[in-house]
Amino acid sequence: MSNVIESIERRQLREVPRFKAGDTVRVHFQVIEGQRRRVQVFEGICIRRQGAGARETFTVRKQSFGVGVERTFPLHTPKIEKIEVGAIGDVNRAKLYYLRSKVGKKARVREKQFR
Amino acid sequence: MKGIVGRKLGMTQLFDQETGALTPVTVIEAGPCPVVCVRTQAVDGYDAVQLAFDEVPERKLTKPQRGHLKKHGVTPHRRLVEVRGVQGIEQGATVTVEAFAPGDRVKVSGVSIGKGFQGTIKRHNFSRGPVTHGSHNVRKPGSIGASAYPSRVFKGVRMAGRMGGRTVTQRGLEVVERDPERNLLLVRGAVPGPKNGVVVIREDS
Repeated sequence: MSNVIESIERRQLREVPRFKAGDTVRVHFQVIEGQRRRVQVFEGICIRRQGAGARETFTVRKQSFGVGVERTFPLHTPKIEKIEVGAIGDVNRAKLYYLRSKVGKKARVREKQFR
Repeated sequence: MKGIVGRKLGMTQLFDQETGALTPVTVIEAGPCPVVCVRTQAVDGYDAVQLAFDEVPERKLTKPQRGHLKKHGVTPHRRLVEVRGVQGIEQGATVTVEAFAPGDRVKVSGVSIGKGFQGTIKRHNFSRGPVTHGSHNVRKPGSIGASAYPSRVFKGVRMAGRMGGRTVTQRGLEVVERDPERNLLLVRGAVPGPKNGVVVIREDS
């Protein structure tokens, strides 16, 4: 990629915690309703990180009332107030698409054991 | 009318810091373009300015090119482009990205990416035939005309052939940002041509 484009993207980067697919994250996301803006929290397992630079996005999957819900956020969007990283997952893939076809206990990600 | 010559560097996206809205932008390194000569209605029959772009060592140019630029006192440049209808610019002046401001409507011309010899489906958006039930008419062009009359194929019937590699103008684009220090113009949306392709940016009326 051209240096110029890299520098344009670099100035838009924001501080984000380190996390990867399999980690449980809480995304504090600003929602604008007419004039008011409030913060919504979306918590779930990060199943993918995609792209690079300012264009990087990540997808969070959670179960909501028994239905799987996925939401993709631009990693560096100013609408994200903060990202909290909870459990570090122990997974063998960069993209956890297999979680979509699992239900119940199988749809969990083992937590990483640090020794 | 305003115009400038540039080089497409590629695309990226910009966040709106307030709303978080994303704007896709093409980054174009434009100018500085010295004005080589001015065409006028009285002398040449039309109004235009000839802009030079892409400075190169003198040995890269042919003798006629060198002579033409030397005559007008311009350092060696690889590209010469005439932009019609530009007024109020003298020979010897230099056009920079300062000529454009964020919010300006522009049209951008470039040579589109060459796609080689392509069939009618890709080239003219024809439909394909059925792929099952013994059909062999999968990507064929279909009928190209009647038989006994006119006993020939009319000119201009859409067929397979070379696609891309021709000059395309994209109208209605908007300048989002400019950076005079680095000679950059950020234009909302896509622009014809490959990365590092030469593009002409003109005001869109």
